[in-house]
Amino acid sequence: MKAPFRAKAFREFSAGVALAVLTALGGPAYAATPADTLVEGFAIDDLITLDPAEAFEFSAAEFLANSYNKLVNLDLHDTSKVVGELADSWVVSDDSLTYTFKLKPDLKFASGNPITAADVAYSFERVVKLDKSPGFLITQFGITGENVAEKAKALDPLTFQLTVDKAYAPSFVLNVLTSMTASVVDKEVVLQHVKPVTPSDEFKYDNDFGNDWLKSAYAGSGPFKLVVWKANEALVLERNDNAAVHQAALKRVIYRHMKESAGQRLALENGDIDIARNLEPGDVDAIAAKEGFAVTSAPKGTLFLLGLNQKNQYLAKPEVRQAIKYLIDYNSIASTLIKGIGEVHQTFLPSGQLGALEDKPFSLDVGKAKALLAQAGLPDGFAVTLDVRNTQPVSGIAENLQQTFAQAGIKLELITGDGKQVLTKCRARQHDMCFSQWGSDYFDPNSNAETFTINADNSDASKNKTLAWRNSWDPGELNEVTHAALLEKDTAKRTAMYQELERKVLDAGPYAFIYQQIEVAGYSSKVKDFKLGPSFDTNYVFPISKD
Amino acid sequence: MTAIEASKPARRRRARGLAVNFGRFAIMLATTVLGLLAVTFFIGRVVPIDPVLAIVGDRAPAAVVERVREQMGFNLPLWQQFVVYLRQALTGDFGVSVLTTNPVMDDILRVFPATLELATVGTLIGAGLGVPLGVVAAVRRGSIADQIARVIGLIGYSVPIFWLALLSLLLFYAKLKWVAYPGRLDVAYEYTFTPITGLYLVDAAWTRQWDVLWDAFRHIILPGALLGYFSLAYISRMTRSFMLNELGQEYVVAARAKGLSEGRIVWFHALRNAAVPLVTVIALSYAGLLEGAVLTETVFSWPGIGLYITNSLQNADMNAVLGGTIVIGSVFIAINLFSDLLYRLLDPRTRAR
Repeated sequence: MKAPFRAKAFREFSAGVALAVLTALGGPAYAATPADTLVEGFAIDDLITLDPAEAFEFSAAEFLANSYNKLVNLDLHDTSKVVGELADSWVVSDDSLTYTFKLKPDLKFASGNPITAADVAYSFERVVKLDKSPGFLITQFGITGENVAEKAKALDPLTFQLTVDKAYAPSFVLNVLTSMTASVVDKEVVLQHVKPVTPSDEFKYDNDFGNDWLKSAYAGSGPFKLVVWKANEALVLERNDNAAVHQAALKRVIYRHMKESAGQRLALENGDIDIARNLEPGDVDAIAAKEGFAVTSAPKGTLFLLGLNQKNQYLAKPEVRQAIKYLIDYNSIASTLIKGIGEVHQTFLPSGQLGALEDKPFSLDVGKAKALLAQAGLPDGFAVTLDVRNTQPVSGIAENLQQTFAQAGIKLELITGDGKQVLTKCRARQHDMCFSQWGSDYFDPNSNAETFTINADNSDASKNKTLAWRNSWDPGELNEVTHAALLEKDTAKRTAMYQELERKVLDAGPYAFIYQQIEVAGYSSKVKDFKLGPSFDTNYVFPISKD
Repeated sequence: MTAIEASKPARRRRARGLAVNFGRFAIMLATTVLGLLAVTFFIGRVVPIDPVLAIVGDRAPAAVVERVREQMGFNLPLWQQFVVYLRQALTGDFGVSVLTTNPVMDDILRVFPATLELATVGTLIGAGLGVPLGVVAAVRRGSIADQIARVIGLIGYSVPIFWLALLSLLLFYAKLKWVAYPGRLDVAYEYTFTPITGLYLVDAAWTRQWDVLWDAFRHIILPGALLGYFSLAYISRMTRSFMLNELGQEYVVAARAKGLSEGRIVWFHALRNAAVPLVTVIALSYAGLLEGAVLTETVFSWPGIGLYITNSLQNADMNAVLGGTIVIGSVFIAINLFSDLLYRLLDPRTRAR
């Protein structure tokens, strides 16, 4: 007799619990982010270090731009110009070898220490002696571990002097100095954290210049201080009340690592994040259409292109290279696959950079392509492979190419792989065609020219493996023009030289440029003054405020 | 006296047997771990990805690439690299992760509790609901209840978790607003709350921060329930078949003849006997969840070990992959040991030998 009673009691009890849980869960969820805090959903898994002398990643560029200052910076109103940041003024000597910078007086680091020319000199010394991935930005001026004390030195507390080895175009030197690698670190703070190192053949110095510590710490003067970085989880910036140049409007910025576009969209719509940074086209459209939200975008310096390896007998023919450029359906790719995330671009300098051409002579023209193939002695086409990453939109574009190429008889076989896998193969130039992407290292035309139009040694043992080398292409006289453009003092003439290079590559180069990346973000309309910059190190968060 | 004399050799025999067993177990453990190390190491080296690329990136100049290759020892012959690696691993040094720049052990200690917590919640839900569901399905074989249990199981088996995760987010998070997202805590707590064990539910309860506990619960419940649902599908099907087997046994007939209530026969006698193989099923499903549910972790931005290892693998960050594999392998072995122990507790026959 007891059992049924127990069962009934149990049933009533469990129903009660279930009901209680449901009402509790159904209560108001406070999803809104705090008013003084900006929360961004952002895939930050590329971040490996926050030391300006070592960082070279896209997300790092943004974090460093908001937490450090440089001598000079891009003029956001006209990115072909440079303005002073920590530097009040500068003078270039008549022989174009010496750059003398006067610092603005009374500036402070977040620690409260004054910013002096000695800090600037130490920052350059670190970059050169550590010689990590971005070290070449400074060492390309002929500065080495041996001579850096002489070439980058403090003349007095507010005067810093940089001496370069050739009479480079001043616009080139200044543009390089706007990159995150030239960020100025707080010497006193960094020196408190240096670790002793046993000198070796590979590293000749007795300490690590604070690199180990600064990877995840902070010693800057920017509008925000770096508080926490948890790899693949989050990064937190807090307002620096001693900020040297720009004051931040908000107290805190939290970047939450979120990988999924759909997840970012949901969190944005629900108010758990204020800005979604990695939205795919479908989600961008949905956010744009929703009340209380908006999207913004800016072209970034990354170009997507097909690299045509000249070791392949067919691709080595100039008519075939031209034919391929006529077999890309730029219009339909633009209106579907890269809508909102890219715009068609056919020259090797991205829009916004000095000398960038907007010429777009190629469009899908199967008849012309067939004629060109016939001229090359290949009226029936040929078979060729294309290595491509297994991610969108590139894999979708590759399938589209497969169709249009087939119309002219070119049988395109796709070899899809993980990003790093494709890259490994193309860097060893073992591909026929490679779907590549290339981002400028610094905001100057030389960055791209140096890789697209320089290949001094086309042998497998070459020391300088540029993109031209990767595609086994000998640019011939373009090598010289590129070198000359780097030394051209007259900016107008320099611009013309790059435009000439661009036209020649457009016509005969082994690259079929398809599009330039547009960075797009969705945000809540509570967020005010949010803009994406023309480069990854101009995505500023300090002007942002919230309602 | 005679009794003692007689038992002495027996005791010695038993002690020797125990030593042999232990030795066998130790050898098995050592070969398993060594095999694990070797396989992951060589897979990592034949992957067509240049590991130096992962460290310096695509844009580094050739000289830097060469220097790093030299420093990391990638120029050595493969077997020498393996020996170096073994030596490090045996001293508990898995090296530094390329991606996070932290020692691999630190990283794992940070990400593993997140997975442990999620897997535990998932298994509690999966076993807590799956076992009764399987029992009911077996007892009412062919009934509506059985059919419903079958459909639930089939859906759990066949629907991609990725899709279900997004759909449930849409429903429970975006529309109904019952649960919280993303990550493990709201931003309001994330940087004020200092974890102790890394299991947020435990830590929050321990420090009596009830609001944090509630927030952590609202974050974990949806991914936990999803993982729970998938292990439920498996556990309920297995429970059903074990129970059908038991219910056909003669002792059940005997118990019925004795006049025991049906409930007592099912829940006490039959289930108790079915529990032995069931423990293995649950333990294996738990171990499976502990490997980290990559897709679930991705969708929910859950900083767990599955995401960590996958990310490392894609970037050829071999230190992290190897360290993570060894930790997971050890967990797997530990869980197997634990279920062996449970066997002994549940089944007296395994104790007799």
